Amino acid sequence: MTNSVPEFSAHTNCFLIIGSNTTEAHPLVASHVMEAQQRGAKVIVVDPRQTQMARLADLYLCPRPGTNVAWLNGLMHVIIAEGLQDASFVQERTEGYEELRQVVMTYPPEKVEEISGIPADDLRAAARLYAQHKPAAILYAMGITQHTTGTDNVKSCANLSMLTGNVGIAGGGVNPLRGQNNVQGACDLGGLPNVYPGYQAVTAPEVKEKFEQAWGVAGLDDQVGLTVTEMIEGAGQGNVRALYVMAENPLLSDPDINHVRHCLEQLDLLVVQDIFLTETAELAHVVLPATSFAEKDGTFTGTDRRVQRVQKAVEPLGESKPDWQIICELAQMMISGSRFQVPNLQPETWNYASPAEVMDEIAPVTPIYGGVSYERLEREGSLQWPVPTADHPGTPYLHKGKFSRGLGRFHAIHSQAAAELPDEAYPFTLTTGRLMFHFHTGTMTRRTEKLAQEVREAYVEMHPDDAARIGLDGAERVRVASRRGEIELAVRVTPAIRPGVVFIPFHFAEAAANVLTHAALDPDSGIPEFKVCAVQVEPVT
Amino acid sequence: MQYENVRTTCIYCGCGCAINLQVLDGEIVGVFPDPQHPISRGSLCIKGWNVASFVRHPDRLATPLVRQGEGFREASWDEALQLVAERMGAIYAASGPQSIGFLASAKCTNEENYLLQKLARTIVRTNNIDHCARL
Ligand code: SF4
Repeated sequence: MTNSVPEFSAHTNCFLIIGSNTTEAHPLVASHVMEAQQRGAKVIVVDPRQTQMARLADLYLCPRPGTNVAWLNGLMHVIIAEGLQDASFVQERTEGYEELRQVVMTYPPEKVEEISGIPADDLRAAARLYAQHKPAAILYAMGITQHTTGTDNVKSCANLSMLTGNVGIAGGGVNPLRGQNNVQGACDLGGLPNVYPGYQAVTAPEVKEKFEQAWGVAGLDDQVGLTVTEMIEGAGQGNVRALYVMAENPLLSDPDINHVRHCLEQLDLLVVQDIFLTETAELAHVVLPATSFAEKDGTFTGTDRRVQRVQKAVEPLGESKPDWQIICELAQMMISGSRFQVPNLQPETWNYASPAEVMDEIAPVTPIYGGVSYERLEREGSLQWPVPTADHPGTPYLHKGKFSRGLGRFHAIHSQAAAELPDEAYPFTLTTGRLMFHFHTGTMTRRTEKLAQEVREAYVEMHPDDAARIGLDGAERVRVASRRGEIELAVRVTPAIRPGVVFIPFHFAEAAANVLTHAALDPDSGIPEFKVCAVQVEPVT
Repeated sequence: MQYENVRTTCIYCGCGCAINLQVLDGEIVGVFPDPQHPISRGSLCIKGWNVASFVRHPDRLATPLVRQGEGFREASWDEALQLVAERMGAIYAASGPQSIGFLASAKCTNEENYLLQKLARTIVRTNNIDHCARL
């Protein structure tokens, strides 16, 4: 997020919420939005499902899934045509405006209506609301990123934000809402194939040298590694022989899971470190019992770059151990054994007394965390990165005064169709998402009675017109099939979804939405297109 | 009787609400929000209120497991970790560092993610590390 959550209630005057079921997936962010609404802030929601947030909105737009670039270009068309852009911001702080203008001027609202299904007048109204109420914040979630055009979608949001000068100000910016609690931290700390901690490129010679010195090793790998989807594919093809999985459940969370299972079964070694025997762990050769968050110390980084403490409340269950301790013990055994070529490494370098000591190692090599320490977190509660030094107060919003790269660059982008569109055989568009009561693959929430009782089983949502079209005729269960697999589940008929679109929450192993989803990837981010694939639906009698 | 409140962070979404775990004689007996916290400001959603309920769930894994045929048998930490180090080492020797992959986690702490990528990068010498954030 470029902004902080508290800025929403305090400063933001217009919200453009895209593909985020905010009240269910990020309830306490939603509470700041609703508070802003009380003092007159405007809310625009764009989503193929009429979520609770959409019902509370001043304006609700219901696009066909997979048409984000088209309607975002359409918004910018209206803004430029009506002279609502922030000309001095564009002049002083950006480059590439002319190219952007040329592309977006080919997206008049009537053409956008044809592509996206959003009425031209609604699009005009949205453009005016957004451009005329500053500061304006864009909030988005997986509805933007989980597409083959996800990177284009993200860049289009940045274009819109820069065009209206909503950058580097309190309450105005671009804000991806992170689903899992520490997505931000896992990225920040180098859990990515192309960067070391702090987004420092593995391919940059000076960065490699810095980490070789800090870690006391020579010959770090200077090639970008494999993404999760590539590792799984590599397992299927025999190039990846061992996979070590820390607290992830790709067998439920990845697209096209029948294929994922086949790939994982080819591995010579699958190790899973988790708190429950997840679907992925059931396939493992070795399962290592980790502790829950309540049994360990550490830090998480929230969606607004906020580093906060995790504190141990109770002793680990049985023989389970905190993940950090398991990794250290394994590292020591790997170094002591003779198989790995690690001449300079000593097992003692993995003798961390506590996570606080690990943070003391992180800070000097990770500029955005440079001033983070447990002592400061204790005193100040939380710190928002970048916090480069021990006396830096942290950064509530990014890009104040200037962008880190100098001028902000507009990206002129044309709209492209999703990878798999509905056709005669598979006439519906499937989109997936979260529910209020469950977290990710349901491993923890489905074992929590108060949450499990709210929604016990999987279901598919569809519009009454579509229910009539497939002859549902009161049937309570349906079979949903794509080119990759099929599942049987309950059906809920609701007008709060776009006709032609069906929705399945992805938390349920026994009717897993990801049996159906398509593994087509965004070429830049590697994110699969969970939000669009073609399916057929038929009643089960 | 020993009672304390332990301030920590909710794990069920990226909002990052602070929570207090109420601990009585070494067990969690309740959860309450933190009125001072800038995001949650004294409230929590239903997931937050119930965030600690799974901590002592009977399905929790309590010992290392090693595959035996279709199922698993229990193993000591020493045996399980030796087995991992040994078999990963054999694969490394036979097929090289790029034949090994690591999945870090959007559910684990910053320190744990740091350590896992450090292990992958310094001992195995591979950048094959990613997590399921995009999913
Ligand atoms: S209490 Fe609810 S909104 Fe807050 S972090 Fe937990 S799940 Fe997210």
